[in-house]
This record gives sequence, structure tokens and C-alpha cells, in this order.
Amino acid sequence: MIKYLKLHEDRCVGCGNCVATCSRTYFKKEDPAHARIQVFPAGSGKFHLVACDQECRKCVAECPVQAITVTAQGVVMINKNLCVGCLACVAVCPTGAMRYYPGEPVPFKCIACGECVKTCPANALEIAEKEDSPMSRLPFEAAAAAAKETLK
Amino acid sequence: MKAFNKSDFKLVAEFKFEPKPIHRGYAMRTLYVNVGDKVAKEKPVSEDTKKRFTGGKGFGLRLLWDATKPSTRWNDPENEIVIGMGPIAGNTNYPGSGKSLVVSLSPMTDVPIDSNVGGYFGPYLKFGGWDALELQGKSERETIVFIDSNEGLVQFYEEPAGLDQDTHLLAEELTHVFAKDAKDLQAVSVVSAGRGADHAPMSVLNFSLYDKRRQGVRVKQAGRGGIGHVLRDKKIRAVVCRFSGVKQNLNDAADPAAVQRLGLKLHREIVVNDDKQCKMRSTGTAHLMEVMNDYDLLPTKNHKYGQDPRGPEVASWVWEKLFSQNLPDGCWYGCTLACAHAVDHFLLETGPYKGTKVCVDGPEYETAAGVGPNLYVYDPQGILELNFYCDTYGIDTISFGTMCSFLMECWELGILNKERTDGIELTWGNWQAACQVLHDMADGKPFGVLAGKGVKFLADYFVKEYGADPKVMKDIALHGKGLEQSEYISKESLAQQGGYYMTNKGPQHDEAWLIFMDMVNNRIPTFENKAEALHYFPMFRTWFGLQGLCKLPWNDIEPADNSKWAEPNKVPEHVQNYYELYTAITGEPLDWDSLIRQSERVYNFQRVFNIRQGHGHRVEDWPPYRAMGPVFEDEYLAREERYDKQMKEKIGVDPAGKSTAEKVKITREYRLKQYDSLLDAVFKRRGWTPDGCPTPEHLKAIGMDLPEVLEVVNARMAGKA
Repeated sequence: MIKYLKLHEDRCVGCGNCVATCSRTYFKKEDPAHARIQVFPAGSGKFHLVACDQECRKCVAECPVQAITVTAQGVVMINKNLCVGCLACVAVCPTGAMRYYPGEPVPFKCIACGECVKTCPANALEIAEKEDSPMSRLPFEAAAAAAKETLK
Repeated sequence: MKAFNKSDFKLVAEFKFEPKPIHRGYAMRTLYVNVGDKVAKEKPVSEDTKKRFTGGKGFGLRLLWDATKPSTRWNDPENEIVIGMGPIAGNTNYPGSGKSLVVSLSPMTDVPIDSNVGGYFGPYLKFGGWDALELQGKSERETIVFIDSNEGLVQFYEEPAGLDQDTHLLAEELTHVFAKDAKDLQAVSVVSAGRGADHAPMSVLNFSLYDKRRQGVRVKQAGRGGIGHVLRDKKIRAVVCRFSGVKQNLNDAADPAAVQRLGLKLHREIVVNDDKQCKMRSTGTAHLMEVMNDYDLLPTKNHKYGQDPRGPEVASWVWEKLFSQNLPDGCWYGCTLACAHAVDHFLLETGPYKGTKVCVDGPEYETAAGVGPNLYVYDPQGILELNFYCDTYGIDTISFGTMCSFLMECWELGILNKERTDGIELTWGNWQAACQVLHDMADGKPFGVLAGKGVKFLADYFVKEYGADPKVMKDIALHGKGLEQSEYISKESLAQQGGYYMTNKGPQHDEAWLIFMDMVNNRIPTFENKAEALHYFPMFRTWFGLQGLCKLPWNDIEPADNSKWAEPNKVPEHVQNYYELYTAITGEPLDWDSLIRQSERVYNFQRVFNIRQGHGHRVEDWPPYRAMGPVFEDEYLAREERYDKQMKEKIGVDPAGKSTAEKVKITREYRLKQYDSLLDAVFKRRGWTPDGCPTPEHLKAIGMDLPEVLEVVNARMAGKA
């Protein structure tokens, strides 16, 4: 199973509570550049939301030191102690959900903690679950296929 | 494989150092290790050395010069193996930033060789606070040098009995022995050779990287010029470095955010464009196989031909299927170009490891071409088998491929037979026979040992021992200065002949690759144009080796709009990236002129180094004729239409009515004259005398007028050296 932050863009009112809560929770400041969720005006009172879907896992496949792993709940996490700060994960992220702040060594992303959900006045955010998919399994299958056989 | 513990290794000597953080890309000190005296000490790097030699290969050559004498040969104790990193090495943001440059007096060329290598060793060494490592002396017993960059330790160990000697086992074993625990395996890198390097000058240093996904060790090679043979002559079994805690900006960049920005820009370019361009991420340099075959440039039968209808049997799509996909196969962290592919679970069919499944590192293009079509081998199994055994025995796949194709041509010419090869049938395409030569090399058997000496030696030997025609031997033994030519057909591109043979170390493609520019696109038609290209491309490419950079992310990926810029061959946007990256790390400004100047200083220093060792004459910059044109009549006939056209249009001779023998002769005379004129033009452009000696005025102009350098140059110009 994959636990993730489900985004209901059609309900978003663009108040920015989620962004403020997120950056406060993880960086102790209110700064959109330090938030793991992003809100972009899309015109006509609509908003585009960006946060990791936890499913594509291109970052997991790309990390040269396996600092990016998946928890038992199916959430993609970065181990700060292992991260070498190469930003390859930022480059391969297809939605821009993997972020970094210039000059800071380790990138960051949504880990579906749910803090932002509590502060959303419009029910635009929800912690949800979905099934594994071929895409989400690929990094593990690729690594397993190349791994040395344990029995020779 | 027997499992060893650290307690099985007898500690002979130990030295402690204060680990030193890097500042703006430099440690400003180097590590000196003598395996004879079992001594380690640190040496400061002066501001003057930093300014003149920049780093990497520059520091390496400086240290090697100081450590050796004009009389020093490769197997003297004072010869060194120097591993230098460069200021940009070890950054994790910009793809291709993990290279080390290895220099040594070469057993093949008798002059300094330099070889660019990936793997984790160089950056791990650097993070202990070292810009370079010198290995000098000769040990009486087999020695393992262990450098712990976290603890600030250099230890000398005696090799325990029963330790495996071939790289795929040795590097794995040592990684497990010197890692603190299972989580620490990626923190260890091993430099080693293999049993082949004990007997053959054409041997490599393998630099390891622990691959977490494969759960095993992989290796990249400092391949050219026989440095593995020097390592083994010193009785160094391996050099091991450990560093735990790699993170962004251990180089203490002046502007770490700029390093991130530049790296991310290139990462994104690679992610978006690579699949439409070179497909490095899925096939690596093997993507060149069909390109070279299509353009008649893929060495086939000892560079006699450039293509064959069987080419598609070893084309990139074959390798793409064999390589494990969707893995971050970079040879240093953060290289998203990720060209270091491997074939996993490959079942060996020959040799001591027959029947076992192994991970084969590669093949890269040079290997696939060299031990493939050049031997007339179109069976991927054969190429992989040769690739694996070359690596694990510590043999250079390029020299081996070129040497083996020379042997096969000698077999075809009747110079070799079973009596002379210890029963090995060296017919074209017989990869099992090529493997046997390799196994014999590792086992120290007579024919293997003979073959391992390289084509320069073999050509003379076949003349003397078997009465081979000296002219033919000279023509088809593809080497310059004793180093085998790498795997591109140069005979139809005059500029590429210069790119290969007007080099300091011998015919390796890392200085200049001008075939398309010259032959296909005709962008450098005059001697002056070619000389200009043979000035700035070698200078530009030399710069990578001063910095700890890989050349591939420069032009094996290009911005989507590259062709709209002036001089797209230089990939201007990427050159701009390099100025900015250098400045972001070192804090020093850089532009085109100062970049070229950094290289020019080191390049000319290396030329003078060759002169100091009694070489560096014009005559040594001549190719064998196989690299310049058709040696035999059937070789001419294979490209008759092209050669006849050239004769008419360029030479001004009507080929009608002339015999093939006459036409071969006319073509040859013309091409030799062309090359001679090119030498004049290039030497002039480089600021050298007609004999290839840098002039004192030029050395002064570039800031390489050190007294010891001028002394060598003045002696040569006065005819005293």
C-alpha cells in the first residue's frame, strides 16, 4: 500500500495555510520556498497543487547511495545522514515535488505527515491510500535483478 | 573464496595524520608513501605550484618530475604512481566530477603516462585532506597500503597467504576487510591490478566502487600505459582508502548554491535530452558501435577496414538488452549521465572462473570495438568474456584488443602458426583463442607473456625471430611511442592522425577526436585549420584532467539548442558551465583564455618531461602507416572508389590505367607528405621547434619558464639531449 497526500485542486482556495504549516513544521519558519507542498495560481480562481504522489519513485531509483527509501506505509523518505546532496532526485522528479533550497545540502519532499491537512479550510487535502503499481515497484525490481545471487 | 578478517593482515607500519578539511577545492598538501621504507609523510603544496599546475594531472606530473631523474626507468624504485584529484573532484552536484588522474613513467612508452579514472578512491582520498598521493619505492613482500581518511591513518599491511589476486575477488575481499561493518562497505575503495599485470606491461589499475544495489564491487580502470605493471613491480597488492560521510560541498566551495544550480541544470538537461541524443543512460559509450560501423570508422581486422555487414550483431541495441537497466550507474555520486553499465549474472565459459556467474563492468565502446570487430568477433559472449578477464587480470582492453588483432593479422599473413603460439589458433573471430592468450598472460606462460609486451615489441620480435618483413611489421603494428592505438579508424582523417600521434603519451583518443569535424563535416580543411583544432582541443580536453572531471558530460550530452550557437563543436553552454563551476568552487575567475592557459602550462611541461627522459622528438610523433592509409592492395580495393577520387581531385593524378600497386604507392607518398606538413603547422601553432621542443619564449609566455624546465629545453635545442 502507498500512503500519500491526496490533492483536490478543485477545492483549493489558495489561502496558503498548508504552505505555512509545512514550512513551520519542518524548517521553523513560514517560507513557501521551504514548504513540501506548493500552491500555484492557475487563473480564474483555480490553483495547481504540487506534492509527492509517493508512487512514481524515480528518485528512489536514481539515488546513488540509497538514501531515498520507502517506509512500511509506502512513503518515500530521505535519510539525511546518507544523502550526498547530488540533487539527481530533484532533476528526475516529474512534478517538481522534490525540492531543495539553494545552499542547503539535503533536498526535501512531502512525507504525507498530514499536518497541512489539519489546517486546510476547504478540504482540498487528504491523507489517502492506494495500491502498489508496476511503477512503484520498478526501483526495487531493477535492483533485485542486478543483485548478486546469494547462493552461487 | 576464503573469507579473511583484518586480524589476518599483519600490520607492519602505521602513520597518523590530522584529517584536513578541503578549502575552496584544495587541501594544499599531498601524501607521500614509500612502500620500500614503509614510510608516509605529508608535503605542503605551494601557492606557486597551485597556480602553475592547477591540480590533478598537473600536480601528478610535478611530483613525478621531482621524484625521478632523466635516467629513471619504469621499474626503478624511484618511479612513482601518483594519483591526483583536482579542485573540482569530489563535488557531488555536477555530473562527471569524480575523476582521478594517475601518472607514472610507463613501461610501454618510457615517458610519463596519464590515465583518467573513475571510482570512489580519488574523492575518498581527497576528503582526508590530500590533493594527491605519491607511491614510491619497492617492497620486498606483497604489501597493502590502507589510508583511512576519517581516522587520519596510513597503514602498511603484509598480504596474508591465500588472498585472491584477481581483481573481482581481491577488491571484494579487501572491501569487506577494511569496512567497519556491513553499512560501511560503500565507504571503501580499492586500487588493485590482477595476475595479468604481474607479467604484462599492458596493464591497468582498477579503481573500485561498492555498488549497493548489486551488493558487490565494481571497477573502473586507469587503463592506458601499463600502470598496473608498475604497481605489481612495487609489490603493492592493493591500496585501500576508506571515507565515510560524503555530503554536499565537502570541497568547501566559494559559492555552494552556484555549484548546486549548475549541477541541477545539467542533471535536467540529461534527464530530458539523453534519450534523444547519445542514450548514455541506457547504453553508455557502446552507443557508438553502429555509428562507427556506418561511417566506416569501426576498427575491423586490425584497423584494416572500418565496417562490416556483421556490425549490427554488436550494435548498441544488443548491449542495451544485456545491460541491467534503471540503475544509477555512475562511477561517482551525482553523475546522472550514468554511463558505467554492467552485464549482471554473466556465465563465464572459459578460464579459471569458468562456470561461475559474474558482473561484467561494461563493455564500453573502446572495449566492445577493440576485442569485438577488430578481432572480427561479433559474438557478445566473446566480447563479454574478454572484457571480464581483461578487467580481473588487470589488462588494458584497448592495448589487448589492438595487440590481439595484430597477432591475428600476423597469423593471416603466415608469420604466426601453432608452433609459435603455443598451440593457440589465432584466426579472425576466434575469441576463445584470444581468451587463451589472456589466460596465458595471467598464468605467466611464454606466449601470453610475449603477447603482453605489446605490438612495438612484437613487431621487432617477429622480424628478428621469424623473418617477418620489417616494412610490413612497422606498418601494421598500431602504436605510437609504444602505446597501442585506441579504437577509431584514423586513416581517412588527417586531423585525427594528428589527434592520435601528436600526443604526449601516445595514441589515445582523449586529447582530440576530430574525425567528424575533419572527415565527415569538412570544417577544418586547411593545415592551419587543422593545426588550430590540434591546439585547442587537446588543450581544452587536458583541462578535465587538471580538475578531476570526466570529458563525457561535456559533449556526450548537449543543450537542445546547441547547434544554434557559434562553434557548436565546443558546446559553448557547457564550457560556460565549466567557467562558472570552477569559479563557484575555487573562488577564482576563469574564461576561455585562462582555461587554455592552465592546460598549456601542464601540456608543455609534459612535453618537456618527455624530452628530459630522452624522447619528445618529431620522429616519435609519426603514426604507423596503417593509421594513415591503405597498406595492402586489398585494403586499397576495399575503398577503391574513394581513393581513386582523392587521387584525381586532391593529388592531381589520373588513376585510370594504373595498377593497384601503383595507386597504393602514390596514395602513400601523398599522405606521408600531408602528415609531414601537418606536423610543421601543429608544432608552429603550439609554440614548438620543428623537432617538437617547446621554445623558451613560448614557455615564458605561458608561465612555465621554471629553471629546471628551461634547462632541459636549452640542452635539447643546443643538441645536447
